[in-house]
Amino acid sequence: MTTTRSQPAIRATGLRKSFGDQVVLDGIDLQVAEGTVFALLGPNGAGKTTIVHILTTLIGADGGEVRVAGHDVARDPDQVREVIGVTGQLTAVDNLLTGEENLLLMADLRHLGRHEGRRRAAELLDRFDLAESARKPAANYSGGMKRRLDLAMGLVGDPRIIFLDEPTTGLDPRSRRTMWQIIRELVAGGVTVFLTTQYLEEADELADRIALLDHGRLVAEGTPDQLKRRIPGGHIRLQFAHPDGLEAAASTLGETVRDDEALTLQVPSDGSVKSLRGLLDRLETESIEVSELSIHTPDLDDVFLTLTGQPDKEKEPAR
Amino acid sequence: MSTLTYAVADSGTMLRRQLRHMLRYASVTVFLVGMPIVFLLLFVYVFGGTLGNGLGGPSGGRAEYLEYVVPGILLIAVAAGGTGTAISVAMDMTEGIVARFRTMAIFRPSVLTGHVLGSMIQTMLTLAVVTGVALLIGFRPSATPVEWVATAGVLAMITLALTWLCVAFGLVTKTVEAASNLPTPLVFLPFLGSGFVPTESMPAGLRWFAEYQPFTPVIETVRGLLTGTPIGNSAVIAVAWCAGITLVSYLWAKRLYNRDPIR
Repeated sequence: MTTTRSQPAIRATGLRKSFGDQVVLDGIDLQVAEGTVFALLGPNGAGKTTIVHILTTLIGADGGEVRVAGHDVARDPDQVREVIGVTGQLTAVDNLLTGEENLLLMADLRHLGRHEGRRRAAELLDRFDLAESARKPAANYSGGMKRRLDLAMGLVGDPRIIFLDEPTTGLDPRSRRTMWQIIRELVAGGVTVFLTTQYLEEADELADRIALLDHGRLVAEGTPDQLKRRIPGGHIRLQFAHPDGLEAAASTLGETVRDDEALTLQVPSDGSVKSLRGLLDRLETESIEVSELSIHTPDLDDVFLTLTGQPDKEKEPAR
Repeated sequence: MSTLTYAVADSGTMLRRQLRHMLRYASVTVFLVGMPIVFLLLFVYVFGGTLGNGLGGPSGGRAEYLEYVVPGILLIAVAAGGTGTAISVAMDMTEGIVARFRTMAIFRPSVLTGHVLGSMIQTMLTLAVVTGVALLIGFRPSATPVEWVATAGVLAMITLALTWLCVAFGLVTKTVEAASNLPTPLVFLPFLGSGFVPTESMPAGLRWFAEYQPFTPVIETVRGLLTGTPIGNSAVIAVAWCAGITLVSYLWAKRLYNRDPIR
């Protein structure tokens, strides 16, 4: 390792990439400090995976400079490959081999030596709760198990920088929690994590810094708190049966967004029980009849709406 | 470790991976061995009596046709092995594992050399089994030990050539289905050469093609080594074809593999 504290683990400047006529990355600048978690947040098709592919030497960029652990990815790809571990979106396990054989394959390719390779494989199988299925072909693994094996394979050579491309997409909530726990442990061990995700919640849980990618450009970057301050708060949506109720509520509650046609009122709220109770008390005191109430917390849609000024055109449901 | 040590170590690792795949995918292996044996039995026992008489040899009939057809069957086995190679390469390229290999500091062509070495071993074993079956049903070659070794050498050369060609086929196609279709003409080439009937019996245009296509000199060389028919310049032409196909296919495959996997 030649990196020092002062040098970022990952630095990209002016990164550009097109596939044919389609511009996928349009001038990306980013920096990831050593030992931190960086989350790249964006909807499908924003260019997240393309950035990971370039940073991990899988494909070349059309323009810009990328340094990973101080090495130029275009000029010294092998030096970069020595220090990174990659877990891709397309699960990168050999389905015909068993979990153990997959890990030993990685150990052989990292030139660990027979004894050290076996030790490392056993340790990872244990740590990722795969020891019981170690001798079964990976093809028979569940989605969560495959993802854990995939991550374990990326860790065989003790990489200093780990790339996780949507590590929890398609996983059930429990497997997702497990994956988060694993990632936290990695970070505690001092590795740098570059993570992509579609889920604001995930970025919030794990990342030291978050960058928002939209249509090949970074539209915002900062700590989770910095970004959240730029997102409008959540709101409570009240549905009324009669215009009278809407009218009464609007005059009582003050600052609201009202829709006369739909007979709804949006009341700003942080979504806490306290604010909800306060709202209900006021409605109760004024004897205002509400037919339906729903709570909206800020999500990826709100982020994009706010920071790009328009809903994402090719957006797919976030969950 | 030096680059050469890495190259050998990583190719060995990839070969072990291929051999495991072959054991797990035993149905493919059984098919690749079974198909040429079925062809052998079909041509000897169903067509052999009549075709053997047409060869114009002293004894004629089934026994003589068996002597004649074995090199053609061996080449069918080599071509069928190529189809297996193309399919397994194409399958590999659709899996995420190869993307992972590309992000690791390994000897880059080792993924391909693993496939080639694995296929070579599989095809050479197939050839041994098919030859064994031919001997069982009465094939009596006149070859000396040296000629047997030379036969194995010539067959290894054409196998290497077709394996690299089929690796390129597996890389150039986008789907596994297309990869399984592309090498199909190779299985027919022994028929459109001297594999099953002498080229002299064919109509003019076909005969011209049959005499100048690469399989014919290989078949003639193998036939000469095993059964003592004249080889002439076939051996030289066979070696030249094998070397040429290997070189061009290797360069093609290497270029295809080094392209950006996502374009």
